[in-house]
Amino acid sequence: MQISFTLNGRPTTVEAEPATLVADLLREQLNLTGTHIGCDTSQCGACVVHLDGLPVKSCTLLAPALDGATLLTIEGLQGAPGSNLMHPMQEAFREHHGLQCGFCTPGMLMTAIALATEKPDLTEADVRHGLEGNICRCTGYQNIVVSVMAGAAAMNAAKGG
Amino acid sequence: MGNVIGIGAAPKRKEDQRFLTGRGNYVADIKRPGMTAGVFVRSPHGHAVIRGINKSAALAAPGVVAVLTGDDVAADKLGSLPCGWGITDAKGVPMKEPPYPMLAQGKVRFVGDIVAFVVAETPEQASAAAELLTVDYEVLPSVVGVLDAVGPGAPQLFDDVPNNICCDWELGDKAAVETAFKKAAHVAKLSLVNNRLIGNPMEPRAAIAEYEPGTDRYTLWTTSQFPHVVRFLMGALVLNIPQHKLRVVAPDVGGGFGVKQFHYGEEAVITWAAKRVRRPIKWVASRSEGYVSDRHGRDHVTEAELALDETGKFLAFRVKTLANMGGYLSTFGPNIPTNLYGPLLGGVYTTPAIYCNVKVVFTNTVPVDAYRGAGRPEATFVLERIVDVAAAEMGIDRVEIRRRNMIPKEAYPYQTPVLVQYDSGDPVGCLDGALVAADVKNFGARKAASASRGKFRGLGYSTYVEACGLAPSRFAGRLGARGGLYESATVRVHPTGQVTVLIGTHNHGQGHETTFAQIVSDRLGVAFENVDIVFGDTDRVQFGMGTYGSRSLVVGGAALSKAADKVIVKGKKIAAHLLEAAEVDIQFEAGKFSVAGTDRTKTFEEIAGAAYVPHDYPLEVLEPGLEEQAYYDPVNFTYPGGCHIAEVEVDPETGTVTLVNYTAVDDVGTVINPMIVEGQLHGGIVQGVGQALYENAVYDEGSGQLLSGSLMDYCMPRADHLPMMTVATHSTLCTHTPMGVKGCGEVGTIGSPAAVINAVVDALSHLGVTHVDMPATPNRIWRLLQNASLPVAAE
Repeated sequence: MQISFTLNGRPTTVEAEPATLVADLLREQLNLTGTHIGCDTSQCGACVVHLDGLPVKSCTLLAPALDGATLLTIEGLQGAPGSNLMHPMQEAFREHHGLQCGFCTPGMLMTAIALATEKPDLTEADVRHGLEGNICRCTGYQNIVVSVMAGAAAMNAAKGG
Repeated sequence: MGNVIGIGAAPKRKEDQRFLTGRGNYVADIKRPGMTAGVFVRSPHGHAVIRGINKSAALAAPGVVAVLTGDDVAADKLGSLPCGWGITDAKGVPMKEPPYPMLAQGKVRFVGDIVAFVVAETPEQASAAAELLTVDYEVLPSVVGVLDAVGPGAPQLFDDVPNNICCDWELGDKAAVETAFKKAAHVAKLSLVNNRLIGNPMEPRAAIAEYEPGTDRYTLWTTSQFPHVVRFLMGALVLNIPQHKLRVVAPDVGGGFGVKQFHYGEEAVITWAAKRVRRPIKWVASRSEGYVSDRHGRDHVTEAELALDETGKFLAFRVKTLANMGGYLSTFGPNIPTNLYGPLLGGVYTTPAIYCNVKVVFTNTVPVDAYRGAGRPEATFVLERIVDVAAAEMGIDRVEIRRRNMIPKEAYPYQTPVLVQYDSGDPVGCLDGALVAADVKNFGARKAASASRGKFRGLGYSTYVEACGLAPSRFAGRLGARGGLYESATVRVHPTGQVTVLIGTHNHGQGHETTFAQIVSDRLGVAFENVDIVFGDTDRVQFGMGTYGSRSLVVGGAALSKAADKVIVKGKKIAAHLLEAAEVDIQFEAGKFSVAGTDRTKTFEEIAGAAYVPHDYPLEVLEPGLEEQAYYDPVNFTYPGGCHIAEVEVDPETGTVTLVNYTAVDDVGTVINPMIVEGQLHGGIVQGVGQALYENAVYDEGSGQLLSGSLMDYCMPRADHLPMMTVATHSTLCTHTPMGVKGCGEVGTIGSPAAVINAVVDALSHLGVTHVDMPATPNRIWRLLQNASLPVAAE
């Protein structure tokens, strides 16, 4: 079937079987391999993307759900318009060593941005609770939590400015 | 112009840009022209005879390219998967080493054992065809636990391995230990289980294989921590592919923790199959598939006894362990519960006599091999638990009994009674540092506050020493290693002075691209951004043993340092010629070659330029070019150590244990990048906390089915399980590595399980609890509380 949606700001139309998972569509058909698949039970969160502004696990979403929707993946993140900078959350993860092997990182970033967007004054407890659906095996989460707090603050500052 | 960023600085990581922007290059991201998809058909039974396999329906399915089984492997006369270590028993008799065929032949020995490989045009077609393969199994009884496996009447995995015992290994002076026990004022005894774990790197294993008929060359892309070792083991010992015809690439790898440091059957099968089908083949494991095929870790049953004199001094330590090997010997399997376990039973203490007996046992479970820490967390857990038991029984404070037995800083180098000689350390310094950092003196107030909320609070200590930086080849060879354990590095200086390093270790999260660039920047005075680190490709990197056992900086970094020194030596010869001075008068500092006592200098870039444009150059005595290579074989292990303090709160209503504070003071030698070291400590600690509180691989006794076979059933630590940890270093310098470095990758996982469980036992000690097996789940604690002698109520 034909599915039309906005992908990282661009109108996109694909031909896909209705049973295609969005994670597979992105990786195999659209060559956007930044969205990772780390499990088969919707537990790990490496595949999180934003569907109409909300974080979803793309391994558990069928392609037809994209029709008419807006999808943002890790490849679509960007900093301030006109700048070469990364998104403030990406910068915060780099600054605070919020990643090691990098495999969970795209999902962590997408979840973190959604958390910060939903609740600007995030507490540490909010972040830890909000990251429950994203597993990292490398960092022990400490620097991820620090990164998300810093990234959220930077997003707020950018909004204020 | 960039900056020199040297040792001790914390630049942001070079590797982060690609990971943060979704541009990493993991095996599953790679596509090859004409690529097919492979699916492994695995045994659904723990133990069974294969009476026959009918391929016809699968072969006839849409899109199917090939269906391969053990008979095809036998027909091609391929080797079995090799074990890299050959241990011997007390009498010098070699371990039993039954063959491990890459596709099962005649029998399957664990759920997940590979029975067939199906190749089709798409993954969906391959999966559908795999469903059509008919395997006629005669199911046999399974045995999954070590106690059962060595017992009378147990199912036997191999005809020529009586009682399923691979090796009855021992270490230490048994007679001296017996004599010491006779003189003891007190003997503490403890039986414990070290729970079976599944490593779960977030990237599932994957491989792509391709054969080029025009050149007769194979390429294997694989999620490996050591591509050169895979090339050797698979090419030379399994598939008979000459080394120069085989390229193994391990690109970005999403975590390893040991799980990816073995040569797996899947790698051999897919490479062999790629030539048969003359098409590239890709296989990506699902997480569920990983659970029944990634090598597992730990799984010990142990009885320990500690003999003490009346003052609490340790006189002797005796440990008997049954270690689970699973259904076959994996690459390092028998080495882990023996050579990486027994020699660490001395810990940071002066115990004069130690004896350790380990029975290495086959069972119908996934093969067991190294998982972060590998043997050393198990040794630390036994020792640090029994020290607490002894302290409680003798009425001696837990810190005091440790202090009385610690090796004083002045006593290093310290020869233990179990092979290893520690070169450096300061256990008392780490302990004192941790006591302050953990604010132990105010623990009583915190405990009272918890009690007022109806919670039991406990404090737990763990000290440890570990042997890492694997390894001195000669020493390892005596212990049964079948390969060398050195590392290699090439420093390639380009004509413009930028540097590419080719190194045999593998970066899968540890930050090598940053740390190693700092070493080069420091040594050669080259800007940090002008150094790139290349790894993970046997066609690009000369050779290497890879990354495991906290060896990359210790052994690989030393090779890199040696190669950089050679660059300086050659640079001085070139500079001497250009500056018309004697070579002995040339100094190199901060990226400049100068004639001592003069202002005549040449920059590093000028020397590099001269080496590649040798118009004015001593060609009679010196080759052009500026590229140097070094191999480094360490003279000893390095011995990081430290003290960890965990603080937990137990909810008696639910049995839930909450980790509320965690403090670690570790001696990891020279710190190159403190940001990266802290990250390694955090991650390591949490993996140990996972073992202590959450993780457990559980098999069903009769059927051999893995009950904890998904992330829904196997509890991984999550962000909201954890407090902010306090980590610090208290370093003594390694005396034999070039930069004084020790390892830091595994220390967290080694120190933390005992600290957490000691804290749980402390929290429950007023109820008469003296030991809690891992993981201390709510269910286990709640049951313990129901059976406790005292009423369940906060003080």
